[in-house]
Amino acid sequence: MTSASSANSKQQTANSKSLLSAVCCVLCAIGALGLPIVLNAYHIEVLTSALIYALLALGLNLIVGFTGVLHLGYAAMFAIGAYAYGMLSVYGRWPFWLGVPPAMLIAGVSGVALGIPALRVRGDYLAIVTLGFGEIVRIAFTNLEQWTGGPNGLLGIGHPQLWLPGRGLFNFGVASSPYYYLTLLCVLIVAGLSVRLSRSRLGRAWIAIRDDELAAACMGIPVLQLKLLAQGLGGAVAGLGGAIFAAKQGTITPDSFDFILSVMVLAMVVLGGLGSVRGAVLGALVLGTLPELLRGFDQYRMLLFGLSMIIVMRLRPQGFFGGFRHRRHVHAA
Amino acid sequence: MTPLELFAQQLANGLTLGAIYALIALGYTMVYGVVQLINFAHGEVFMAGAYAAVFAVLFVGVSGAPWGVALGVAVGAAVILCAALGWAIERLAYRPIRQASRLNAFITAIGMSLFLQNALMLIGGATDRQFPAIVPALRWEVAGVTVTLIQLLVWGSAAAMMAALQWLVMATRLGKAMRATAQDLTACLLLGIPVDRIIAVTFMAGSSLAAVGGVLFGLQYGTINFHDGYLIGMKAFTAAVLGGIGNIPGAMAGGLLLGLIESLAAGYLSAQWKSVFAFGVLVIVLLWRPTGLFGERVADRA
Repeated sequence: MTSASSANSKQQTANSKSLLSAVCCVLCAIGALGLPIVLNAYHIEVLTSALIYALLALGLNLIVGFTGVLHLGYAAMFAIGAYAYGMLSVYGRWPFWLGVPPAMLIAGVSGVALGIPALRVRGDYLAIVTLGFGEIVRIAFTNLEQWTGGPNGLLGIGHPQLWLPGRGLFNFGVASSPYYYLTLLCVLIVAGLSVRLSRSRLGRAWIAIRDDELAAACMGIPVLQLKLLAQGLGGAVAGLGGAIFAAKQGTITPDSFDFILSVMVLAMVVLGGLGSVRGAVLGALVLGTLPELLRGFDQYRMLLFGLSMIIVMRLRPQGFFGGFRHRRHVHAA
Repeated sequence: MTPLELFAQQLANGLTLGAIYALIALGYTMVYGVVQLINFAHGEVFMAGAYAAVFAVLFVGVSGAPWGVALGVAVGAAVILCAALGWAIERLAYRPIRQASRLNAFITAIGMSLFLQNALMLIGGATDRQFPAIVPALRWEVAGVTVTLIQLLVWGSAAAMMAALQWLVMATRLGKAMRATAQDLTACLLLGIPVDRIIAVTFMAGSSLAAVGGVLFGLQYGTINFHDGYLIGMKAFTAAVLGGIGNIPGAMAGGLLLGLIESLAAGYLSAQWKSVFAFGVLVIVLLWRPTGLFGERVADRA
């Protein structure tokens, strides 16, 4: 009886806790909605980039955070999404809203295709295969000049247009705030879906794979299929981010998708706490805005940026919200 | 130039690049062997070696001395600085988090890499820097192939360093302790092997090899830039994985192979796509042998 009631009260604490965090999230979202009114254009620009990072971090969190596959070529998925929408827009005059689904699909399929080496390659070897894939994609976009514009970039990508009642056709143009709202909306949707996923049967299976792949396989979890599914979904999220990025910039160059980007997004996920959805968002907001916050230090800013990554990892190795039990060998697999 | 001579020339160039890759790859592989960490900052240590050599030659002013002395000054300065840097990196950044998850160590390594890269930019300048031509530009024609003195130096010193390393690891007490640490760190602690010291020495040895690689790179290519370390480091890491990470002969073979592939791909197929060939070969090799050419131990020990 007592144990039942204590379980009950535990349940209630858990419920009130999750209610509290839900309320916090809603408050943050409302606050985020109002930000463009109080901030200047530069701040909104920085925040918009940080939100695109947040989208990427959420996508990579599905791969690294949930299934524990160390992925070092995530920028390639972002690039594939950006170039897919960019080329549809430049050569086919596709509108943004029609271009996003194919961009997500192509990036997702590439994610699955890249996951296939996972059939044989494991651990750190898989990490370098993904790294190699990321480099191959970037070099290919640089060298296929007749289609991608090469190092000069793909020019003249269309901005999104939206029909608003009473205002007619509204072009997003070059100002940041429409993209800020669009990205915020996407981040909220992807974050919400991630939270739901992490509590579903699928999410529990992913986390089981991350914590102990062998044990998960023994319990009848189809490890390979679920890993590929995570890579596909993660790729699709990156594709969405890429399409928004391409539409916002109007011009994309292969340099925007280098290895450092893959590494930064990974750092955001780890900094936030592996597998934590709000952690991924917070990690992205912190690492995405930190270089700008450090702008006062001028040429020392990237130096301090690297230093702060080292210090955070030392002081808080589990990340901001690393609530999961961590084993020494949670990594790469 | 006949096709055969052209091929031989490409081989010579590839071996030069490959020897430099191999020297750096050894550092990755040794560190990975003992602590299972991809030491991302290793490419920056390599670049720091090249910069240390440049500054040492400028400050000491070796213009009148024979070139052997100048080279000795350059290599000595690079090795001392890099060994100290390797020790400091391990002591300050990696040792405190050795018990944490490997991803944390990886992120720390990335932070260290960014830190060092920017430190190099602040100290050495953001633009390309001329590497002093301390070695005379002697060249010989051997059966239609041009071989420079610098190339001979690269091959000779790379071979000598690798032989020395092989001796250190396989024939000394220290090397035995290193191999034991790589096999089972906890058991080594129980047996009274000073694991911390062994790991520090491993970092210093790997960094010294990278320092020599940095000087040779500067001599061979003439200019250095603070962000060269990133690309060369990534290639060297690829070479280490190609050979089977944690395996010392594997790193040497992987480095040479990668250098040859890049050089031949650039000569016969397309210079722009050479990195794609390098990574493509890596992927194919890993699909065929999932732990690299010489790797036996499976990296995933969870």
